[in-house]
Amino acid sequence: MWQALREEYAPQGFELITVGMDTLGAEGCRAAIEAASPTHPALIDKHHVLADLFGVVNIPSSIWIDEDGMIVRPAEAAPPPPTDAAPVAAQMPENTPKRLKEMRAEAMQITTNAADYHAALRDWVTRGKDSTFAMDNETVIARSRPRNADQAMGHAHFELATHFVTVGKRDLAVKHFRAAHELVPDSWNFRRQAWSLEPVGDGPMARFWQGPRPDAEAEWPYEGDWVTDIKREGAENYYDAWQP
Amino acid sequence: MLLKSLTLPVAEFEQGTGWKIKPEGACKGDICIPLRGQSGDTLDVELLARDMGLPLASEASEQCWALGPDTVGGKTLATAIAPDLTLPDLDGNLFTLSSLKGKKVLVYAWAPY
Repeated sequence: MWQALREEYAPQGFELITVGMDTLGAEGCRAAIEAASPTHPALIDKHHVLADLFGVVNIPSSIWIDEDGMIVRPAEAAPPPPTDAAPVAAQMPENTPKRLKEMRAEAMQITTNAADYHAALRDWVTRGKDSTFAMDNETVIARSRPRNADQAMGHAHFELATHFVTVGKRDLAVKHFRAAHELVPDSWNFRRQAWSLEPVGDGPMARFWQGPRPDAEAEWPYEGDWVTDIKREGAENYYDAWQP
Repeated sequence: MLLKSLTLPVAEFEQGTGWKIKPEGACKGDICIPLRGQSGDTLDVELLARDMGLPLASEASEQCWALGPDTVGGKTLATAIAPDLTLPDLDGNLFTLSSLKGKKVLVYAWAPY
């Protein structure tokens, strides 16, 4: 979908860069990128530098940068383009685990502002600096995510966790992921990344389980999990509401 | 950024954080933070962290540290100038955001989980 948008907007001086944020690096992202065979740059962000540099706390998110290298919209939710087709509820096989059914039920309640977001994107691609959706410098800074000393420390712990995943020291990785979760409670990415490293089952859904193994719940090393947390926080708050 | 030592080459700090070390201090956009007690091609990380208000997390058992991002102005962005993001593609080839100057760029973050 984004690839098609990129082809449509490219003649107007537009480029898309996709960034896969994954502690597992290229190996984690390879299957999805190869399946998409993108014509645009498709990059790998093993260290979540998009979190440090731009304040990305959930995916999918976008940052808009103009011809002069100025940020004109800071990190915000980037929903897929709206479609005219009525949504089709994908059939789940009868033996689908209860947890995955629960996850889908919550995911269906997540709200986005796809129509507004994509109208704004089209306006910016067409009109550039004259688009009212391209913010001035002060607004970009003011609308970027707040960050205090605790949150910054949480990012540092996340970096330590990334290192310990890489060198195969799981207990230390868990310790520093937990510190990051406590200090940056509004980052779904920091949580989802850690949970995804405790896969359940085989195949492409294993990293989407995002919670305890049903037969070994006591072994789950984290405070929360995807289903518990989204129920507590409310699916309607999963993304910040889009603002012009 | 991850550190294996509390002495850090200036170039690594600049690459890892987007701050530039200049005679007036550590600078990003219009902002410069004066630094004390630094000289040469390396930085004393503990002094630097104190002067810039950067968090320094440690794992003592592993001689391992991580320097977190700045909190200038209480915001993620201290300036609207885009940092020169440099990341590898699947094959390890580095791509730099500034190579797209002259185009409108949408940086799209996703994850395989």
